[in-house]
Amino acid sequence: MNAPTDPSAIERAEKLQGMGCKRKRVEDVRFTQGRGNYVDDIKLPGMLHGDFHRSSRAHARIKSIDTSKAKAVPGVLAVLTAEELKGVNLAWMPTLAGDVQMVLADGKVLFQNQEIAFVVATDRYIAADAADLVEVEYEELPVVIDPFKAMDADAPVLREDIKDKKDGAHGPRKHYNHIFNWQIGDKDLTDAAFGKAEVATKDLLSYQRVHPCPLETCQCLVSFDKIKGEITIYGTFQAPHVIRTVVALIAGLPEHKIHVISPDIGGGFGNKVGAYPGYICSAVASIVTGLPVKWVEDRIENLSTTSFARDYHMTTEIAATRDGRVTGLRVHILADHGAFDACADPSKWPAGFSNIVTGSYDFPVAHLSVDGVYTNKAPGGVAYRCSFRVTEVAYAIERAMDIMAQKLGIDPVDFRVKNFITREQFPYQSALGWEYDSGDYHTAMQKAVEATGYRKLREEQKAKQEAFKRGETRDLMGIGVAFFTEIVGAGPSKNCDILGIAMFDSAEIRVHPTGRALGRMGSKSQGQGHETTWAQIIATEIGIPADDIAIEEGNTDTAPYGLGTYGSRSTPVTGAAIAMAARKIKAKAQMIAAFMLEVHEGDLEWDVDRFRVKGNPEQFKTMTQLAWAAYNKVPPGMEPGLEAVSYYDPPNMTYPFGAYICVMDIDVDTGVHKVRRFYALDDCGTRINPMIIEGQVHGGLTEGYAIAMGQEIVYDAMGNVSGISLMDYFLPTAVETPIWETDYTVTPSPHHPIGAKGVGESPNVGSVPCFANAVNDAFKFLGSTHIAMPHDNYRVWQAAENLGLHK
Amino acid sequence: MSKINVTLQLNGKSVSAEVEPRTLLIHYLRENLNVTGPHIGCDTSHCGACTVDIDGKSVKSCTIFAVQAAGAEVLTIEGMAGADGKLHALQEGFREMHGLQCGYCTPGMIIRAYRLLKENPTPSDAEIRMGISGNLCRCTGYQNIVKAIQYAAAKINGAEYKEAAE
Repeated sequence: MNAPTDPSAIERAEKLQGMGCKRKRVEDVRFTQGRGNYVDDIKLPGMLHGDFHRSSRAHARIKSIDTSKAKAVPGVLAVLTAEELKGVNLAWMPTLAGDVQMVLADGKVLFQNQEIAFVVATDRYIAADAADLVEVEYEELPVVIDPFKAMDADAPVLREDIKDKKDGAHGPRKHYNHIFNWQIGDKDLTDAAFGKAEVATKDLLSYQRVHPCPLETCQCLVSFDKIKGEITIYGTFQAPHVIRTVVALIAGLPEHKIHVISPDIGGGFGNKVGAYPGYICSAVASIVTGLPVKWVEDRIENLSTTSFARDYHMTTEIAATRDGRVTGLRVHILADHGAFDACADPSKWPAGFSNIVTGSYDFPVAHLSVDGVYTNKAPGGVAYRCSFRVTEVAYAIERAMDIMAQKLGIDPVDFRVKNFITREQFPYQSALGWEYDSGDYHTAMQKAVEATGYRKLREEQKAKQEAFKRGETRDLMGIGVAFFTEIVGAGPSKNCDILGIAMFDSAEIRVHPTGRALGRMGSKSQGQGHETTWAQIIATEIGIPADDIAIEEGNTDTAPYGLGTYGSRSTPVTGAAIAMAARKIKAKAQMIAAFMLEVHEGDLEWDVDRFRVKGNPEQFKTMTQLAWAAYNKVPPGMEPGLEAVSYYDPPNMTYPFGAYICVMDIDVDTGVHKVRRFYALDDCGTRINPMIIEGQVHGGLTEGYAIAMGQEIVYDAMGNVSGISLMDYFLPTAVETPIWETDYTVTPSPHHPIGAKGVGESPNVGSVPCFANAVNDAFKFLGSTHIAMPHDNYRVWQAAENLGLHK
Repeated sequence: MSKINVTLQLNGKSVSAEVEPRTLLIHYLRENLNVTGPHIGCDTSHCGACTVDIDGKSVKSCTIFAVQAAGAEVLTIEGMAGADGKLHALQEGFREMHGLQCGYCTPGMIIRAYRLLKENPTPSDAEIRMGISGNLCRCTGYQNIVKAIQYAAAKINGAEYKEAAE
């Protein structure tokens, strides 16, 4: 889109507050005054509260459940167990990944804190008291905690319900604890490349189990109206329409009798995509009691049961020539899915988009094989602020590239640059099946190198290493480099669906007679600021000031069907739908303008907020005038009104990328690190609101920092889970959080109507390997090749200890 | 369980409710008084989303019983704007500097910053970071929260806000 040049047009364009400006957020007006409306803020008359009794064991047969004491507590109206749920055929529920999951423990428990009984009471204190009084008698069973032992010949059988099933949702299973094997790429050609490789590396790169941990936990409020036969569900849903479809399929209710409403959401980061037992139990409890039932997770329940992320163990091999050109990539991933396969991936992608593992590099051949296994851990496997399994493999390739560079004795930046996909190669067909839409990696890397003074930093590091060897300092300096390519915007109907529904998204725009507008979308903001940015797209497209455009999301009764917000899909998919809907409005307005000005449509040109007659700019009709006319003066044969709907099926994914550099100082005697600098250059294509982009990048970097430097959900040998309260689970405070430097280049997506690619998750994807590479870089001159995440102080100290640095 | 009357001054007005002695202040505010600005994020007094101001101190309202606040002066986010609806400098600063995203930590963060600026009207960035370290945010990475508080400090002090490099 060409920017206007004449002064009046510039002034009019500024008034629109359209794309490219740092528009202040609409949402903040209510949030800064305590007037947000989150699920737990909603109260309905007669509302009850539900709470779970959970398993104390990781793997055990349930011999008996005694709910009598719980039921005897005054104020308790019902206690649900699997037996009660069987009466309505809901003891188990389908997962998004094609598996089934117990809603309440049916005969056995498979992970600690698994839901066993749901107590419903008149207030949340009574519900919690009574949940404690449920008595369960267990018969302990041996556990599987280490995913590498899940498929041992003598491993305990975890899923008795499917132990004899030879085929799962994604093909043959080779063991009763096996879920799927998924392969892509040319194995023979890849093996051949390794057979003749001059240099090869092979490393097990594990990405630990973590949790998205939004500040607001998962919660819902369900109200069943017996008279109308309708159910209303308020919930922390990133994808409200998907939830409605799940309810329709499970309950057999028609969609018009299911009202799913996502009000304000206190952060999601992937945690709020799935369907959890709390939702099902609340719905059943509301049907049983005839009253609304609220369920609010506490933090420990959140961290230990609803949706872990990662737990990917990636054996990563690179083949290269001695002079530093990569010739092949071979990756095997062991994926720990916990007790049920509840991964929130598009249905045909059991390992998400992990075949983006070739990253930003021109690998002539590659092969990827992924095995998913069951263990006695919580189910989940969500995309924690990333597209599906993209963060995991970005970590693998960026660590592996550093390890190979180290082996070859080449600087990590130079090694990457030598192997980048070049600008001329786009659109680029990767060896693992993707078509990268656009990129200019060399320019981005060069900008990062110059902005950070990278070469000088390397000189300083060398001097520090010499000083360290001489015993003059106990500090090590690490310089982390990462260059990531994301794959977001799921996705094209040809390869992306959830439960058979194509992953399009949608927008509906109504322009009212006075020239104000209402936009409704299938996406759902959880802090991304859609109410602000969606209006900016419409403002630029049809010339109505953003302040005159209201945006609504999250109510399935009013919003058009969309697949929701996760995997950085909103700007690539919903953003495109918005532009396309706006263009339909503009096209109709142009016909009305031509009729009013008595010219041919082709004689009109668009000028910021109006159509004017070519060569006669004094002859024009503004969008405000055209909106009014649409309701009283349309051309003969045209329907009145000015509304449009677009359902956008993207032709391809988008591929944001970025160059990150981290400078870190590490005290070898304490393991304490200090991030001296962190520079993040992001290219997300066209930038809709630079202020919001910067905010998204800051937030993503902070989450990446937390993951790389400390987050971990830990299971002991008995399957006891720890690290599940904020006492133990690392959420950085303002004191630990580094100061971020942001930068950008702009390489628009060629297939997106406005060229935007999405940005919210890039900083998480790119920063985790960048921090890890910084830690590893600090130690590599002492002979270390790979130190595993998370890099908390103790583990960093341990790495130093292992290298004999404390003698 | 027998109930007990808790009366206190909330945002300048006297309020009261009958609650169980074990009722936490955050539940008294949210459930009994429908004051839903303060949020619950962790149940273990780490996240600070429930922060309110009690008799001149920042307090995590999930950490004390309502009865402990009986007779106290309590300020929540709902009491920050002036009677005429004019926003407090912090409320303005958080919007101007993009100091919030999902909004869940914001009420607690603003109430904490309010007390911080009373105690230290001209804080350094490092002092702000230490001063809000009891309040967690998962969205912003804090950098713009620091700017928002500096913006408010400048405005309260009648000075012009200048963005300093941290």
